[in-house]
Amino acid sequence: MGDWMTVTDPGLSSESKNISQYTSETKMSPSSLYSQQVLCSSIPLSKNVHSFFSAFCTEQNIEQSISYLDQELTTFGFPSLYEESKGKETKRELNIVAVLNCMNELLVLQRKNLLAQENVETQNLKLGSDMDHLQSCYAKLKEQLETSRREMIGLQERDRQLQCKNRNLHQLLKNEKDEVQKLQNIIASRATQYNHDMKRKEREYNKLKERLHQLVMNKKDKKIAMEVLNYVGRADGKRGSWRTGKTEASFFLRNEDEMYKILLNDYEYRQKQILMENAELKKVLQQMKKEMISLLSPQKQKPRERADDSTGTVLSDVDEDAGELSRESMWDLSCETVREQLTNSIRKQWRILKSHVEKLDNQVSKVHLEGFNDEDVISRQDHEQETEKLELEIQQCKEMIKTQQQLLQQLATTCDDDTTSLLRDCYLLEEKERLKEEWSLFKEQKKNFEKERRNFTEAAIRLGLERKAFEEERASWLKQQFLNMTTFDHQNSENVKLFSAFSGSSEQDNLTVHSRPRQKKPHSVSSGSPVCTSTLTKSLPASPCTSDFCPTRSCVSEHSSISVLNITPEETKPNQVGRECTNQKWSMASRPGSREGCYSGCSLTYTNSHLEKDDLP
Amino acid sequence: MNFSEVFKLSSLLCKFSPDGKYLASCVQYRLVVRDVNTLQILQLYTCLDQIQHIEWSADSLFILCALYKRGLVQVWSLEQPEWHCRIDEGSAGLVASCWSPDGRHILNTTEFHLRITVWSLCTKSVSYIKYPKACQQGMTFTRDGHYMALAERRDCKDYVSIFVCSDWQLLRHFDTDTQDLAGIEWAPNGCVLAVWDTCLEYKVLLYSLDGRPLSAYSAYEWSLGIKSVAWSPSSQFLAVGSYDGKSHPFLPSALSRRDEIASVPVALQTLKPVADRANPKIGIGALAFSPDNYFLATRNDNIPNAVWIWDIQKLRLFVVLEQLSPVRSFQWDPQRPRLAICTGGSKVYLWSPAGCVSVQVPGEGDFQVLSLCWHLNGDSLALLSKDHFCLCFLETEEGSVQPPDSWATTGRTCA
Repeated sequence: MGDWMTVTDPGLSSESKNISQYTSETKMSPSSLYSQQVLCSSIPLSKNVHSFFSAFCTEQNIEQSISYLDQELTTFGFPSLYEESKGKETKRELNIVAVLNCMNELLVLQRKNLLAQENVETQNLKLGSDMDHLQSCYAKLKEQLETSRREMIGLQERDRQLQCKNRNLHQLLKNEKDEVQKLQNIIASRATQYNHDMKRKEREYNKLKERLHQLVMNKKDKKIAMEVLNYVGRADGKRGSWRTGKTEASFFLRNEDEMYKILLNDYEYRQKQILMENAELKKVLQQMKKEMISLLSPQKQKPRERADDSTGTVLSDVDEDAGELSRESMWDLSCETVREQLTNSIRKQWRILKSHVEKLDNQVSKVHLEGFNDEDVISRQDHEQETEKLELEIQQCKEMIKTQQQLLQQLATTCDDDTTSLLRDCYLLEEKERLKEEWSLFKEQKKNFEKERRNFTEAAIRLGLERKAFEEERASWLKQQFLNMTTFDHQNSENVKLFSAFSGSSEQDNLTVHSRPRQKKPHSVSSGSPVCTSTLTKSLPASPCTSDFCPTRSCVSEHSSISVLNITPEETKPNQVGRECTNQKWSMASRPGSREGCYSGCSLTYTNSHLEKDDLP
Repeated sequence: MNFSEVFKLSSLLCKFSPDGKYLASCVQYRLVVRDVNTLQILQLYTCLDQIQHIEWSADSLFILCALYKRGLVQVWSLEQPEWHCRIDEGSAGLVASCWSPDGRHILNTTEFHLRITVWSLCTKSVSYIKYPKACQQGMTFTRDGHYMALAERRDCKDYVSIFVCSDWQLLRHFDTDTQDLAGIEWAPNGCVLAVWDTCLEYKVLLYSLDGRPLSAYSAYEWSLGIKSVAWSPSSQFLAVGSYDGKSHPFLPSALSRRDEIASVPVALQTLKPVADRANPKIGIGALAFSPDNYFLATRNDNIPNAVWIWDIQKLRLFVVLEQLSPVRSFQWDPQRPRLAICTGGSKVYLWSPAGCVSVQVPGEGDFQVLSLCWHLNGDSLALLSKDHFCLCFLETEEGSVQPPDSWATTGRTCA
């Protein structure tokens, strides 16, 4: 190919080559033939180039070769090399321009051809490599095919073997099945035979039994007997009745009646239990529903704001249920429709609750996914915003202060001393006036206070008087009471019991609570009534509030609520002592455990103590 | 816990009277009746031969002593010591004897189950019931004593007859859908009769008092069936112990099988059943509900050392009590959920939800507790050995039952 490159330079050679290729055999000149031979045979073209040119065109045959070339070129569609002849006679002249054009065109053509050739050659190369690749691929695939073919044969073999095995197993299975069938048949036949035998045996056995029975029973066995000293009465005290045909039937009927009664009772009992269970369940449902409604109703505002699509129905349900709740009495009727309503509403509520819980769950999971609490974040952001705001405000305030200070300084510098003194005076005057007003107000208040104080003292004195009167009244009343007690009768004790039962510890507490402010009043006002002492106030809470003491105390409190305050420590002591002794007494006496006795005992202690107390003054 | 002195006993015959006042025990041919509180001998009766069975009448006025070998029954009155009654079944023989619930009739089953003779102590009348079936439990009385159900076999078919106990009238007679009926048992409410089939068929049937079949239940076919049956005191549950070691408690009202409870979660000493002998030691051999319906105690015969206590409300195992030796017998306190267990050793074991107690029976020599029975009020317990018996008094304040949430079991809890 390298040689070929050298050839390209002389344009003629290529031209000649092309020409030689495209000219017909017949038209070929001997020289061209020769050249062709040269072309075909000569690979070392470069050496012969010169000789080749010389061979074609010599000094002698210029005309000839030109005409030849012209001829050839015209046949290929090139313009003629000769100038257009004006007359027939005139000798045609060579047109140099045309020749040159032709040569140029030929050269262009040659270049094109060369390019094409190059392309074709590269393509050829490519194709060649492709071919190689494909061949290798082919070889590989062939190999694969071979191996897979072999594998297939192997698998086929295995398949055949397995099928063979399978067939054998099928056969075996069939045999086994047959065997099983056979055995089952045998078992069945054996079972039937066994049953048959059993029946036969049993019949025989029964016959024998019958026989034995006859033998044993018919043979007037003297031994079969009962020796009884005397017949005992029936457990229910009834006498055995004779059995006759008539009574037999009636007996039977009666027995049947009784049986059905028992059965009926059982069913009734069970029904009652079921009803109770139902009622209980209904109650539970009812409560559940109520709770659900109450749980869901506050929440319904939120969804309303959110305007969820589901809330519309929810709201209506809740409203409806609230309405239903009002007709609660209807639930008592275990009517089918009512039951349905209840269950339906419960179901609805439940669904709502469920969805709500699911929502909450989702939220929780979301929060978990985010890794921290949503609200926390918000609050933190809020916090930051707030602090920023506040800082801004502070800044503004500071600025304001600064400006004001500046203004003040400006003012101070600008204003004279006179004006400042004037201003000060103004301020003082204003203050004086304000103080005066306040003074008068205080005076008025003082007056009022004094008035109140006077009233207070008067009231205290009055209270003291009243207390005295009360004490007297109480003394007289107690006396009367005691007199009643001494003629102790059942009715009286009952009364006392009633009292004691009525006055619980709470009343007593109330009493102590009430009494305290009352104690304090006389203390603060005056020492007019010496009945109330500090020792008493101590003893009141300190007094042992045991269960057996409560009734006695409460008795007192019931009869004269204020009198408790007036009991002097000297009085309470014997009271306690008396109670204790009597307690011991009655604890002995009330061993049988009658509460009445206990209470009467209590009341007695009470009266005893007051007896002593009454004697004291 | 206090123990009485040891008294002589034979054939494990020792019974509290139904009213709880007396205690009857047998020593060879002598019947001794003691006061429960003082243990003083109140009466002493002498029978003709060794006593094989005793039974108190329901009103605690009479005691029946069966002398099966002789075919004799002797009845003694507690109120009139001189009163006596002797029933001779003659050549027919005697295999079982029991009181009717009214305490005025005695039902004797003759040999080969030829018949049941009903002897009256009030009148001279004697009734016979033919064709009683020879089976595990062929006769049962309702708790109120009104009715008796009797399993019968005629023409190779099972029947159940229901009699009115007051006059021995036949009330109902119906055939049962069983191959070979093995037992019958009234529910405590007296309205439902449980009937179970032979061990070859797993089948329980429930019949109403009037003979209507209420329901039937069979767990599976081609397997050994039912070994023991127990009603819960509330008549709500029927526990069925089967040969496969499972117990099936179910609600008889609907007869819906609730669940089957069976498991061997812990390695317990198991016994390999001897396959070539009759009555192999497999399956639930003993079942008992606690009086409060809360617990069910079972014993699997091939794990003889363990008592399984099941929580009936949750239908799951509550506790397993593993003993050192095979459990001989166990019985619930009639008043409290408290189980007494004996294993043939010299200890008696008490279990309650609060825990376990094991008590050594005092006294010289070895007192091997073979059986036990509770007094009616649950305050005392009779412990029986081969030749002796003693009473065990339990402190009453200890019997206070703790609430279920504070249950701490010292046994092996598997829940």
